[in-house]
Amino acid sequence: MEPLFAIVIGIMFAITVFLFLSRSFVRIVLGIFMLSNATHLLIFTAGRLTFESPPLIPYDQSVPIEAIANPLPQALILTAIVISFALFAFVLILTYRAYQELGTVDVDEMNASEPRAAASEEAAE
Amino acid sequence: MISQAVLTCFALALFAPFIHQLMRSHSGWVLAIFPASLFVHFLGYVPGVAAGETYREAMPWVETWGVYLSFYVDGLSLVFALLITGIGALIIFYTGGYLAGHPHQGRFYGFMLAFMGSMLGLVLADNLIALFVFWELTSVTSFLLIGFDHQRERARRAAIQALFVTAGGGLAMLAGFVMLGAATGTMEMSEILAGGSLSAHRLYMPILLLVLAGAFTKSAQVPFHFWLPNAMEAPTPVSAYLHSATMVKAGVYLLARMSPALGGTDLWATILPIFGGATLIYGTLLGLRQTDLKLMLAYTTVASLGLLVMLLGLGSEYALLAAALYLIAHSFFKGALFLVAGCVDHQTGTRETVRLGGLMRAMPITAFAALLAGLSMMGIPFFFGFLAKEVIYEATAYADNMWLLTTVAVVGNGLMFTIAALVAWGPFFGRRMETPKAPREGSLYLWLGPLALAVLGLAFGAYPHIPQDLFVTPVASAIAGYEVHHATFPTIPKMGLPLILSGVTVAFGLFIFLIAGWVRAFLNAAGQRMWGPDRGSDQFLAALDFLSRTLVGLLQTGRLRLYITVTLVVLAITLGVPIIAYGLFPSEISVPQAPFHVYGVLLLTVVGALALMFARSRLQAILSMGVTGISVALLFLLFGAPDLAYTQFMVETLSVVIIALVLLRLPVDTYDSRHILPSLRDAAIAGAVGVFFTVLLIAVTARPMDLTLTDYFAAHAYVSAHGRNIVNVILVDFRALDTLGEIVVVMVAGLAALALIKIRRGKLVPPGNGASPDDERGAS
Repeated sequence: MEPLFAIVIGIMFAITVFLFLSRSFVRIVLGIFMLSNATHLLIFTAGRLTFESPPLIPYDQSVPIEAIANPLPQALILTAIVISFALFAFVLILTYRAYQELGTVDVDEMNASEPRAAASEEAAE
Repeated sequence: MISQAVLTCFALALFAPFIHQLMRSHSGWVLAIFPASLFVHFLGYVPGVAAGETYREAMPWVETWGVYLSFYVDGLSLVFALLITGIGALIIFYTGGYLAGHPHQGRFYGFMLAFMGSMLGLVLADNLIALFVFWELTSVTSFLLIGFDHQRERARRAAIQALFVTAGGGLAMLAGFVMLGAATGTMEMSEILAGGSLSAHRLYMPILLLVLAGAFTKSAQVPFHFWLPNAMEAPTPVSAYLHSATMVKAGVYLLARMSPALGGTDLWATILPIFGGATLIYGTLLGLRQTDLKLMLAYTTVASLGLLVMLLGLGSEYALLAAALYLIAHSFFKGALFLVAGCVDHQTGTRETVRLGGLMRAMPITAFAALLAGLSMMGIPFFFGFLAKEVIYEATAYADNMWLLTTVAVVGNGLMFTIAALVAWGPFFGRRMETPKAPREGSLYLWLGPLALAVLGLAFGAYPHIPQDLFVTPVASAIAGYEVHHATFPTIPKMGLPLILSGVTVAFGLFIFLIAGWVRAFLNAAGQRMWGPDRGSDQFLAALDFLSRTLVGLLQTGRLRLYITVTLVVLAITLGVPIIAYGLFPSEISVPQAPFHVYGVLLLTVVGALALMFARSRLQAILSMGVTGISVALLFLLFGAPDLAYTQFMVETLSVVIIALVLLRLPVDTYDSRHILPSLRDAAIAGAVGVFFTVLLIAVTARPMDLTLTDYFAAHAYVSAHGRNIVNVILVDFRALDTLGEIVVVMVAGLAALALIKIRRGKLVPPGNGASPDDERGAS
């Protein structure tokens, strides 16, 4: 099953990169969303896939008896999901505020922090 | 007690400005009490050390790396410590008069005392790392002192140049020390020296070259000499103290200290005399060219350091005795002459020899001190300098390359005779010249220091057996690593080859003195506009500036897309290189057997992702995000991760809600037009990253999995933590702190987002850039 997942994950990473290279900051934010999903699946797959057997210990046992899904990557991903949600929400608000202040989401025009170089480049063009 | 002596210097340096505030015009002698008492303290070691004893103390510093703050007192370090504290006391006292009324006098005392502590630490340290730290501390304090007059550009340039050269050499030396530690298995010099010569070790040559790089830069050997004359920009007490008596001798000290371990080889006996001899001749020739008192003295200091390095390179008993003698004699006469130059400058307003003459009448005490020090430097009998010269000639006359070395020594000493005469005789005797200020004798502060040093030179010369037993023989023995014997130095010179050579030297020096004006003109004509390491270092620094500016201009264009592109290309390369290098491409991919709905969900994921990439409207973007997120959640659910699925469902719903709220206010469909060519380039980068991730993941999953941690958690989830859901147990029990951190991150992100929204509109807009986005939003 893992190679199939690997292909899907590769496609997701490729889309992430393509979105990152966009001129619109909104699309870069969408890329962040895609990146976190792709990464979660990557960790999940790297921990090996087990079909339909969650890591639970039966009521009459003290240790799992049959093969279960790997719980460790799941725990890591659970933390990652929540943190990437926080990051995503924050970046989204930040983009919104930046748009309010600068009036644009074009990354080539969002250069208030390094205006000198951008100005000289404009002069060159 | 040794460590306290060193560390209190630094403590006092901190308080010196306040003491100066309190004492005002008395601060000079009050602050001099401290180094003077240290001097007395170190005098207490003299009888023991003269009898061949050594003292060592250590306290732990960074024990895990074998770094101790350890100190070691033997003949060599004791003489240095005495010079540092004794001359230091005189210099601090002298500063009280020289800088009287200067607005930053207090700060100057602080720097000087900090330097004194560093220098004491340098010569007393036993641990190599401690030695290195003190070494660089002297570079830093020297930087502060050269640049003390920081409003002049020349002073700033000289300070940076000195720091650049000496600290750079120090770094090379550190590398040598690390190798030395690796070669001997210890960082304590006393143990390394006890282990004998390292000449057979395979790291010997790199160690020697690196240590020499440190020593030669610090002790201003050709071609690293140029920073020392430039350092004359510093106030004269600094020139007298750091750049003649103490700091510039640190390199000589290091060579002397390492001599038993690194010396005695052909390499050592070749490099040191060549560089030392070249420095001796070059320094004296350049010194003759100068007319500024301080610069003349600075170049003779360069020359003297060369002479010392040459003697250490010879390594015979005579040579080491000569080095020890000359080391002490030079500190006395050169320190005194520098202070005299400062007196003259302070009292007349000029240091130009051509404008000075006949000051004898106006400044008799200074003139007397200058005369005594000058005679010692010339090497006139009954002065300490004479004794040093005699033994130098004993050393060169019985060396292998007798003719060459003796000629170099005679010429160097002869030229030094000339400069000594020009400096000590010229300003005070002969025709009275007009000076910017009407000259008169300086205060006690100004003449006590030079007079004391000059008189010491005479006293040691008159009673040579006292310094011989107490200082010279212990120093030479410490350098040699065994007991050095020499017949008692005679007060009245004995007939012999050295005396004849001394006579030749005096005659040669006198001859040059008489034609000094002509020689100077000739040397000036020869050396005019010549490219040298001084200008070379400026060009090097300018080139470095240019390189970094070009590099920054190239990399930091202010275009976010370029940064992202570079980052992602580097990512692709980092992923791709090992894949191609190790040939990780899978030979065949078997289509796995799985229920039909698994394929369906995977397909849904891809479709959602592709839809997001091509989204042209807000609705499409929001919808495709939802599709992607939910399908990932379904994948989690199918493959045994219900907790992940639930969380993903929740987060996905929230994300879509938030993005729907925000995206309504953001333009999605504009600005997304990439031209064909950039589009293709971006797609190529994206494709490479995607393929590499796929290949890497397939290669990883094809290998066996290490389940140690998983098994541990599965075995202990119920037994130790009483939970049946292993994922939950890991999160809230085994890795509870991580989860706490996660909660904090979410909270901080929420607060930050709230703060962003609450900031008053328009507060961040820079003036003149206030295009109102409201209008555009209305239009779009």
